Amino acid sequence: MSAARWRRAMSASVGVSMPARSADVPRLVPLPVLATPKTFWFERIGARVKPRHLVVLAAALLYPFVASPFFAYQIGAQALALGLIALSLTFLGGYGGMVSLAQMTIAGFAGYLVAIFGTSSVAGVSLGWPWWLAAAFALLGATVLATAIGWLSVRTEGIYTIMITLAVGVAFFYLAQQNYTVFNGFGGFSKVAAPELFGIDFKQPVPFYFVALTAALAGYFLVKHLVRAPFGIALQGIRDNPRRMASLGYHVTAHRVAAYAVAGFLAAVGGLLMVWYNGRISPGTVNLAQMIAILIIAVLGGMRHPIGAFIGAVVYVLLQNFAIDLFVRERFNLVIGGVFLSIVLFSPDGLLGLWAKLRSSLSQTRISQPKRRRP
Amino acid sequence: MRAMKKKVWVRSIVGMAAATALMGSAWAQEALKIGLLSNLEGPFAVPGQDGYRGAEMALKEKNGVAGGKKIEFIKLSSDATPDKAVAMTRKAVEQDKVQVMIGPLSGDEGIAVKNYAKTQPGITFVNGSSGAQATTLADPATNFYRFNSEGAQWMVGLGEHALSKGYKKMFLISEDYGFPYSQVQGFMASYCAKGGKIVDKAWVPLGTKDYASVIAKIPKDIDALFVVLGGSDAVNFLTQYEQTGGSKPMVGGSITVDQTVLNFKGKRRESLLGTASAGPMADSIDTPEWKKFVADYKAQFKDGFPSPSLFAYLYYINTKATLNALDAVKGDLSNGQKAFRDALQKTDFKGPAGDIRIDANRNGVGTTYITEVTKAADGSFYNKVVKAVPNISQTLGLPEAEFKKMGLGSRDVPDCRK
Repeated sequence: MSAARWRRAMSASVGVSMPARSADVPRLVPLPVLATPKTFWFERIGARVKPRHLVVLAAALLYPFVASPFFAYQIGAQALALGLIALSLTFLGGYGGMVSLAQMTIAGFAGYLVAIFGTSSVAGVSLGWPWWLAAAFALLGATVLATAIGWLSVRTEGIYTIMITLAVGVAFFYLAQQNYTVFNGFGGFSKVAAPELFGIDFKQPVPFYFVALTAALAGYFLVKHLVRAPFGIALQGIRDNPRRMASLGYHVTAHRVAAYAVAGFLAAVGGLLMVWYNGRISPGTVNLAQMIAILIIAVLGGMRHPIGAFIGAVVYVLLQNFAIDLFVRERFNLVIGGVFLSIVLFSPDGLLGLWAKLRSSLSQTRISQPKRRRP
Repeated sequence: MRAMKKKVWVRSIVGMAAATALMGSAWAQEALKIGLLSNLEGPFAVPGQDGYRGAEMALKEKNGVAGGKKIEFIKLSSDATPDKAVAMTRKAVEQDKVQVMIGPLSGDEGIAVKNYAKTQPGITFVNGSSGAQATTLADPATNFYRFNSEGAQWMVGLGEHALSKGYKKMFLISEDYGFPYSQVQGFMASYCAKGGKIVDKAWVPLGTKDYASVIAKIPKDIDALFVVLGGSDAVNFLTQYEQTGGSKPMVGGSITVDQTVLNFKGKRRESLLGTASAGPMADSIDTPEWKKFVADYKAQFKDGFPSPSLFAYLYYINTKATLNALDAVKGDLSNGQKAFRDALQKTDFKGPAGDIRIDANRNGVGTTYITEVTKAADGSFYNKVVKAVPNISQTLGLPEAEFKKMGLGSRDVPDCRK
């Protein structure tokens, strides 16, 4: 109820402007309010869809037919799966103001659960449930874990949140590495395959790409929807000023824990894709380097908009695969580090920030409008 | 006018770029691309680099040409995780279009790459230095070749040697993953059969720093310790064992008593003398082939180790077998690489540390060297070869049925407590 009131208050002043920018300097010219009392859903969507959205969607749909199977699978599908995990961090960090390092842990936990409930090479541990049941319980279990991690860490802020989620992640890594009864220790599980459905083998590059694309699109639109919904608006309010939100009657902790749960679900879907992609899971999938990789992807792409996670993932995967061809082979990590550093150095908002800068400078030179004065 | 000039410039640059690209691809058709996967990141980054050195040595011996074609290595790096090893192998095969792939470095990577090999029947995969038993024993791939022997084979003969030294009851301390399981099995298969007892096993996670709880569990009435730890784990264990006043003699795994341990400076250093271990090579092999190998390594790599490591040696023999087979078929990789694979199967040459041959599962049948720590004239310690055991098969000298009954090495297999 209170959230609805908050939304009304918000929409009176900024309408449906991009909530992600609410942290920015307020704009001098408020965007026009689009919401008229009675419109059909497709009209509302149509008003928002711009040519560039269609271009990106068409490119994503046509990509596997143009690209080689290697590009469809190892670059495309992997970037979508990693992007989905990074998206969960973008949602938490960009809209909730909570940077969690444990997103890869949640994804890995979902992957482990699929292997444990479903079929794998370790017959002594795996229960052999049908894939859909295993996947459903994996998503559920990982979301519960995410909620628990959230419940544990929401009482902290900033660097302490990072520390506590780091601790959880590293603890899980060691648990997985040393427990043999459930996690099968160092070796982990292999032969965890994507299912075959309606005569389509989803292990194959192109079908798997579309599974990943569907999941990524669903996750993307879920986040886009949520950040405009009362819950998301309240979450952003909490990010910007938790005290004021608390005094307005919002349950700050509950909103934050809920944000962890949503992000956890997204990460779990990403983890499911990762385990199907690799066909296996072992402690190496959830080690410290992988946990940090998710943060790198999110920061690289930019945390101001959900698409940043996917842009970051594409750049990350391309670098992981091709940096070794660019320079002295023994020194390829120098290339990866150099690119990451220069992106963050020249654009603290990641690649999205670079794009925004480029666009604003282009539009300024074109119409040569006077510089905006800050209010 | 100016714009015109600029256009001409741009066009000529584009033209030149296109010409270079074309020339590049034309040259690439002359060369034969071989993928070479080792580690440049993660825990095996330093040994991984020595792996590349071994492969380069084999190529240099042939002046960079095999089967009448110039050989170009496409070097790739993993970080010892199976995920990365498969991702990089897939890139080499599907993107860089290599026809022969050499690698990877560690056991679990090897199993993952073998599984990937099954999806690429047109490509031939040769092992780098990975030594998991399951790679060629459980569900092998017909296009995956391993010219080196693996972890269990490297320990054959050490069990008898320990018994001959009077070690009838031993206590095992080992890292808890695939490679040590194999090593322990290789040792125990003959040790247990001939009447030895491993009274208890302590499995510790890779990278353990504190061994106090393990040391407290060591029984008083044992004859010796069987220590299968590597690198810093071995040094940490020895230091702490010394500090608690332990004095039992030791038997080590293939990577336990290496240079890092021999350079260990504690009081207990003297007690390392006589420590037995075994492996597919040893620094002090006294044959002209080995001495030439070491001399070549030292001449070619000024930045390398004082002596070629295990990884350099294993990559060397696997690469050499590949290049020899290419020579034998004159670079003919047609017809699903059939002739090439037949040549690989027939491989038989004298390597630096014994003959290189493979069995029907395409796994190396090799020589194991049993060594003991000895003091050299200058006071330094080294591993002296006391015995060479040739022709060790992957079933550890047992008939296949008997070996299958025992199963692959694991935490509980084999077992001889009482």
